[in-house]
Amino acid sequence: MSETQPTAAMADERIKQRSRLREAMIRPELGGIVGTIAVFTFFMLFAFDSGMFNSQGIMNWSQVSAQFMIIAVGACLLMIAGEFDLSVGSMIGFAGMMIAIFSVTLGWPVWMSILITFAICIALGAVNGFIVIRTGLPSFIVTLAFLFILRGFTIYFPQTIERKTIIGGIKDVAEGDWLAPVFGGKLFPGLFNWFGEIGIVDTFERGTRAGQPVVDGLPMLIVWALLLVVFGHVLLTKTRFGNWIYAAGGDAEAARNSGVPVARVKILMFMFTAFCATVFATCQVMEFGSAGADRGLLKEFEAIIAVVIGGALLTGGYGSVIGAALGALIFGVVQQGLFFAGVESSLFRVFLGVILLGAVILNTYIRRIITGEK
Amino acid sequence: MNPIIEMRDIQKHFGSVIALAGVSVDVFAGECHCLLGDNGAGKSTFIKTMSGVHKPTAGEILFEGQPMNFANPRDAMDAGIATVHQHLAMIPLMSVSRNFFMGNEPVRKTLGIPFFDHEQANDVTMEEMRKMGINLRGPDQAVGTLSGGERQTVAIARAVYFGAKILILDEPTSALGVRQTANVLATIDKVRKQGIGVVFITHNVRHAMAVGDRFTVLNRGKTLGTAKRGEIKHEELQDMMAGGQEMVQLEGSLGGTV
Repeated sequence: MSETQPTAAMADERIKQRSRLREAMIRPELGGIVGTIAVFTFFMLFAFDSGMFNSQGIMNWSQVSAQFMIIAVGACLLMIAGEFDLSVGSMIGFAGMMIAIFSVTLGWPVWMSILITFAICIALGAVNGFIVIRTGLPSFIVTLAFLFILRGFTIYFPQTIERKTIIGGIKDVAEGDWLAPVFGGKLFPGLFNWFGEIGIVDTFERGTRAGQPVVDGLPMLIVWALLLVVFGHVLLTKTRFGNWIYAAGGDAEAARNSGVPVARVKILMFMFTAFCATVFATCQVMEFGSAGADRGLLKEFEAIIAVVIGGALLTGGYGSVIGAALGALIFGVVQQGLFFAGVESSLFRVFLGVILLGAVILNTYIRRIITGEK
Repeated sequence: MNPIIEMRDIQKHFGSVIALAGVSVDVFAGECHCLLGDNGAGKSTFIKTMSGVHKPTAGEILFEGQPMNFANPRDAMDAGIATVHQHLAMIPLMSVSRNFFMGNEPVRKTLGIPFFDHEQANDVTMEEMRKMGINLRGPDQAVGTLSGGERQTVAIARAVYFGAKILILDEPTSALGVRQTANVLATIDKVRKQGIGVVFITHNVRHAMAVGDRFTVLNRGKTLGTAKRGEIKHEELQDMMAGGQEMVQLEGSLGGTV
């Protein structure tokens, strides 16, 4: 070691110079960004004339993507906090069924049915979290149990009460309710009418709705998705609590030693995931006007896939809500896009598998650069 | 000058096992007090007693002249006793600045909502790390990209920034290479000069001799006395740690290289 070397230079010699571009590229969402560009390029080239990119087409894949986004935000924060929730899909079915039973079968006001369902589902999320924390069991197992328990009840209740597995008629009872439009309504109908007039949005040419725009407003589903993404992103990156989420998932023991209330953080994230699932269910029930016992099947995996495409680490402590939202967008665009492109629908899974693999390989590479993982 | 902390005749029994059989150590502001001992000598039990993890079976702890009874580690931390464990409270996936403020995040209110004040956190982190002689690429650099010695330094800088009066370092150099060890020892020296009492636990006499002001050797739960720098030689410390006689023989058979 030479004596003359000043300390500053000594420390600097190991810091490699990095270009601005490289700095900007190396981020957890890169996999999601590249995937989004790839997917849009692909469909622009192969399905541009299919109606995928006119107002109706855009609304179509936006709504599907928004559904994925709502559950992906919850799954993302929970995964960063170091836990999984495999009961999301069953929770969606369960929540929808609860709303239907309360409002249609029992005849309670819809707003009350929705609020009580939220309370029940968030409490179930807390139970999930509490069991995981108390027993120290992997959340994978605990929530897998709830996947079956909740799905079982979702089939059992309507069968015993109504002798069927689909309960309809929610649109009728929701008429005039003050809370139902928050999930099933549409925003800015005036604006979209105007869009129709000036020709941005197509209008119906014949029939009873002639002259009205084909897209008559921004569905609340999309509004919820955007609100949840913004909320999740701000919570994770801009608040103390966000730091605790990272810490709880990165190394629970180290976090505890530094005074982070790990148990509280994890339980709250289970509750938030349940909240997101219930938002999904409520929007769906209000849109379809019915609840079915098979609703939400496999949604937990779709949420997890979106989150992983978005750059999150399955073992926790690392990830991005924006990335998860892009993952959800990719998911929705591919699913609907293949339909527009006239591709055999079974190929959807092939396409999805390829994207998943590609994004995850890219993400792993990026993450190693950022975190110095071996 | 009075010591910041004075541990008088501390005993700690675990059932029938006597882990500490009357150990006395005091630490002054601005000194580096080395606690030496072989594996199983009771070093860990002793520092855990000092940091509030264990309650002594007998003996007295005086903190700034007042008798103290730490109920838990949080109490000791609040009083200003910080411990940097071998198992560092650092999360490799998180940035240095997020780690630095983990559990103590600064907040700034915007529209009544408390947000994590990243600007302040980043500035403080860069400044504190610069003081310790580490130039980070940026405050958002992940801890996982730092070397073991640098991670130790982040942990030490964090403890100092959050107002430690006594800094307990549990074998900070045991897993490090030569150069990284030198960096950590230099950090200890910087911390000491800020008037913080450092308790440096090690079983490496060479590392202890490099920065220590006083040396206390533990052997089988007992103190073999405290010596000041210059009053004791490297070989004597080595012998005391190992329990004398056997070590001399062992050293002879190894050609004096231990």
